Amino acid sequence: MTDNAVYKQHLAKRYAAETRFKAYGAAALVLTSAFLIYLLVDIARKGWPAFFEHRATIDVTLSAAEIDAANPGAADFSAIVKETWRAQFPEFTSRGDKKKLNLLLSQAASDDLRQRVIANPALIGQTVKADVLLSDEADLYLKGQSQEIDKAVLDKVLAAVPVERHVSWRLFSNGDSREPELAGLRGAIMGSLFTVFVALVLGLPIGVAAAVYLEQFAPKNRWTDLLEVNINNLAAVPSIIFGLFGLAMFLNLFGMPRSAPLVGGLVLALLVLPTIIIASRAALKAVPPSIKEAALGVGASDQQAVFHHVLPLALPGVLTGAILGLARAFGETAPLLMIGMVAFIADVPKGFTDAATVLPVQIYLWSDLPELTFQSKTAAAIMVLIAILFSLNAVAIYLRKKFERRW
Amino acid sequence: MSDVSVNQIGAGAASRLTRTRPTSRHWREAVVKVLLVASAGVAVLTTVGIFASVIFESLVFFREINPFAFLLGTHWAPTSDPASFGFLPLLAGTLLITLIALIVATPLGLLSAIYMSEYAGPRVRNIAKPLLEMLAGIPTVVLGFFAALTVAPLIRNTGESLGLSVASESALAAGLVMGMMIVPLISSLSDDIINAVPQSLRDGSYAMGATKSETIKRVVLPAALAGIVSAIMLAISRAVGETMIVVMAAGLSANLTFNPLEAVSTITVQIATLLVGDQEFDSAKTLSAFALGLVLFFFTLALNYIALRTVQKYRQQYD
Repeated sequence: MTDNAVYKQHLAKRYAAETRFKAYGAAALVLTSAFLIYLLVDIARKGWPAFFEHRATIDVTLSAAEIDAANPGAADFSAIVKETWRAQFPEFTSRGDKKKLNLLLSQAASDDLRQRVIANPALIGQTVKADVLLSDEADLYLKGQSQEIDKAVLDKVLAAVPVERHVSWRLFSNGDSREPELAGLRGAIMGSLFTVFVALVLGLPIGVAAAVYLEQFAPKNRWTDLLEVNINNLAAVPSIIFGLFGLAMFLNLFGMPRSAPLVGGLVLALLVLPTIIIASRAALKAVPPSIKEAALGVGASDQQAVFHHVLPLALPGVLTGAILGLARAFGETAPLLMIGMVAFIADVPKGFTDAATVLPVQIYLWSDLPELTFQSKTAAAIMVLIAILFSLNAVAIYLRKKFERRW
Repeated sequence: MSDVSVNQIGAGAASRLTRTRPTSRHWREAVVKVLLVASAGVAVLTTVGIFASVIFESLVFFREINPFAFLLGTHWAPTSDPASFGFLPLLAGTLLITLIALIVATPLGLLSAIYMSEYAGPRVRNIAKPLLEMLAGIPTVVLGFFAALTVAPLIRNTGESLGLSVASESALAAGLVMGMMIVPLISSLSDDIINAVPQSLRDGSYAMGATKSETIKRVVLPAALAGIVSAIMLAISRAVGETMIVVMAAGLSANLTFNPLEAVSTITVQIATLLVGDQEFDSAKTLSAFALGLVLFFFTLALNYIALRTVQKYRQQYD
């Protein structure tokens, strides 16, 4: 073999290695993206059916004998709906069959009718077309997710009464429930809003003020060095430790209420503080010193220069950081488990001290339940959470793009 | 500092000259300054508060349980009677899941970073970077759901078809998903570090006839090594402190095992489950969560401190 041939062989090997290495890099990126896409598609596939429900339409006679017009809410709508429902299918006579028929109907069927009559008492005495909600078992069967139902009974029902698929607004208007088909996200969403509001109202001003101090006013000494190390470390403390802190400090020592958005917001404010400080400092640092110097040069005080000139110019960056902190607060679960925001709460919270849960904790709670409908609702709740987070991020990116300035 | 005092002297002189009182601005600015310092102090207070609350409750715990029995015990059963608080199975479980996560995340994160910073054109970067950021932004409770309901059954079915017995809550499922969670962290940190390696080093290598991959492997990566190691350390600290993925996908049973197909429990899982439900602060069961928190706090603190110091030292090298 000549030297030339050896050289060529060697070179070919090196080029092959080059191609391989590049392919590894591309493969890593493709694999990571594929994971993300698979994750999102899997959740969307599982969660999509939960945005719909099935209702049957039947004619219900609201006789004045059974419903007192003065107090329509007190009437036994459950009996009225069940009787009407059974009357649709005279061929079912045995006790067992009747029971199976009742199982197809959700308990919300009568509640919906009650609300309708209370809102419009003029209906009493008439026969109205009522949409009655089917039970979760029937719903799952109709969505093709489960076969665990008496098919013979359901098929006869489908032949006799019209059953249609509707958008399940209940998912957004109901609080949590033990009944899978009735459980909704309103309580969790309101809880999240209260909690994150507290976190933002506390975290943003404190975070920005700390950033302004560290970036603009702090002297260079050991105290500020300590502060810097401290903030960096705080950013890396596991979130569950913040939960331990909240439990020992706010609940145990200060005796604040358990499960309250107020306490959750306090803990989350401390949790996102480092994020906000670090982002705000970066934004402040990006403003060229000449701006401040010019302000000082025309006689502004140090604080006037910072608050009138530097901070407004850094504001888009500060806001971006705040939104990222907000997104983090929205998705945080672990510390809130520690302070008791993990209980079953059916009522929608009305204030900062009401017992509440938040969206991520609701996801955690539902994911543990055995019913298939809850599995689907968990995925739907995840879709809602991810939609909120992605829109927050989109706003952050928009702000960054719109106000981005090169000095 | 100096221009502040010059200003103050100036203001003082002016007020003396014009015989007026210090204006309200001076008072206001003094108040604002105090508020700013106080805000910065909140961060310190938080650290002190975390430290104090964790250590205080832990001390109560260690008054009942011998610290050596805690740190060196091999049996963890806080709810059984008599309870035993041996920490080693939890440490083993935590390290096992972290190790699996690192085996997944290090090559993926590092190779992604190398590809994006050295090979990819702006078009690929513009797609890949947001995707990675999106992955980083997925809440861990979502990843936990995915691990428990999609990945774990997948692994169990695959294992069974190969004739392996896989626990329904295997360490592997939690570790794999946790690995995917820290890929964006490793890749974004490594990306910064690789970009900080001066172009002159690469140019020198190319001038010697090295190919791009040879330059990366023999010049860029060795130059970035310290930074990459600290990125991995930060990733370890993230993985060790991660709670929701393991709560949902790893088990409660604290087995002392290194078999990734078995169920293990972690420090964070135990903290989370011990403190949900009844909370009497005088029971060893509840207090043990704070002892675990103490260990976790110091472990992550040490990792972060070393990692940040390494990065800072490394950055100065090329500045």
